[in-house]
Amino acid sequence: MSTSKKTVINNNKKLTSKSKDPVSLILRILVWCAAALTIMILFVIIGYILYKGIPNLSLDLFDLEYNTQNVSLMPALINTVIMTILSITIAVPLGIFSAIYLTEYARRGSRLVKIVRITAETLSGIPSIIYGLFGLLFFVTTLHWGFSMLAGGFTLSIMILPLIMRTTEEALHAVPDSYREGSYGLGAGKMRTVFTIVLPSATPGILAGVILAIGRIVGETAALIYTSGTVADIPDSLLSSGRTLSVHMYALSSEGLFMDKAYATAVVLIILVILLNRISSYTAGKISKS
Amino acid sequence: MEKFKITDLDLYYGTFKALIKVNLTIEANQITAFIGPSGCGKSTLLKSLNRMNDLIEGCRIDGNVLLDGEDIYGNIDVNLLRKRVGMVFQKPNPFPMSIYDNVAYGPRTHGIHSKIKLDEIVETSLRNAAIWDELKDRLKKSALGISGGQQQRLCIARALAVQPEVLLMDEPTSALDPISTSKIEDLISELKERYTIIIVTHNMQQAVRISDKTAFFLLGQVIEYDTTENIFSNPRQKETEDYITGRFG
Ligand SMILES: Nc1ncnc2c1ncn2[C@@H]1O[C@H](COP(=O)(O)OP(=O)(O)OP(=O)(O)O)[C@@H](O)[C@H]1O
Ligand SMILES: [Mg+2]
Repeated sequence: MSTSKKTVINNNKKLTSKSKDPVSLILRILVWCAAALTIMILFVIIGYILYKGIPNLSLDLFDLEYNTQNVSLMPALINTVIMTILSITIAVPLGIFSAIYLTEYARRGSRLVKIVRITAETLSGIPSIIYGLFGLLFFVTTLHWGFSMLAGGFTLSIMILPLIMRTTEEALHAVPDSYREGSYGLGAGKMRTVFTIVLPSATPGILAGVILAIGRIVGETAALIYTSGTVADIPDSLLSSGRTLSVHMYALSSEGLFMDKAYATAVVLIILVILLNRISSYTAGKISKS
Repeated sequence: MEKFKITDLDLYYGTFKALIKVNLTIEANQITAFIGPSGCGKSTLLKSLNRMNDLIEGCRIDGNVLLDGEDIYGNIDVNLLRKRVGMVFQKPNPFPMSIYDNVAYGPRTHGIHSKIKLDEIVETSLRNAAIWDELKDRLKKSALGISGGQQQRLCIARALAVQPEVLLMDEPTSALDPISTSKIEDLISELKERYTIIIVTHNMQQAVRISDKTAFFLLGQVIEYDTTENIFSNPRQKETEDYITGRFG
């Protein structure tokens, strides 16, 4: 018994002894440092904001009306939700349907597919301020929508469209062809195969893309300042201006008058983002299980 | 009675000619086996019988395939053809949904939505695929959670649920253990009373055990086609003999 144990231990030693190889040792240390650094940065940022923000959290920060006394973030919070819903309802169906067309209907490797793909890739590399300027010129000025939630929503949906398209395409490609074959083999047509077999299997992947997109919407400032403006109230209609939380924070910190409140707002923003992440990965898990 | 009549069938993948002048007549309510070395075109011919090769880009066909006298490459409804000529694949490919929904998928596709009717179809199909007793208590569970052999019999049930006339089976047991294999072989032999079955197999014994007729393929051609007994006891062609005696790659 004891001898066999010994050999096992010896074997273990042999297996781990490769860490004595200097290159792999250095690599291990580097990897470990990088991981530690990443975690540390995250904790420092969150910790710093919590430290500066939590003492400044107060009830009047959540008043429905904004004024310079309470510096309420409630309108901005509500605007963020409206803006997210607006952009997502425009971009998600459009993005999913174009991705379905590209992967399931268009001939593989056709010119059109290539052109659309290159266009989408280029679009996703453009800085968001450019989208903002385009939105200003087109939606705000040319279409006479003025600074409005609608102009902001459309601008953001153009911005996230390539992201939705790409993630949906990847999700569709990941669906095994054997599912498609099985469906066609039973006499199902293309439409039925795509919508009842392929799309449901791709849902978790598509949802992951939507989550990323929501993250970008919630965090966006540059594209919104020029399109939905910076009015700090809940808009009467989609044609009124309204600022989201990120724009709100940008305004507070650039004015420099309410830095304490800006930190408190940051706490709420961070909690919102973390909450969003949790909810979406939870639903994604639920859907992929069922 | 002849079910399929294949005349002078040539099939190209792009410029590669995968089938050369294939002539075969497949009898109804018999089991026909396709044998031959890897890459000789067995799956290709099988897929051209329900036009699954339509899905492959650059695939082109010359010649004629008649199903009950009707040209399947003529002006026909492909979905209806695939309903009549069902297919079971080499690797079990149940859909990621419940066992019940897997079997009900085909009937629903073809317009059956009544719950009572679907329940009945699901039960008979699973019974006919000899898997009802194993699965009847977990019809609502995911089909991905059952064993490979059960999945393959589920796929057979799924194919039976649309009431096909022909079943094409591409090496249906190659991914399975001996017990599951023998269950499926028994099943196939039972099914032949009601269906015409064409099966691709690499397993000589399997062909001998279950098939009535056997076609031997080599490099895209049908070298010999005869009753299974004749093919395995006194083949007329030298290549066939070499292959079945194992002297051949
Ligand atoms: N989609 C395709 N595109 C191009 N060539 C193909 C395609 N499918 C098959 N082939 C080629 O056609 C020939 C016949 O292939 P097939 O799959 O019919 O062989 P098989 O007899 O079924 O072989 P196996 O026993 O290995 O399954 C092979 O040379 C193969 O490389
Ligand atoms: Mg094959």
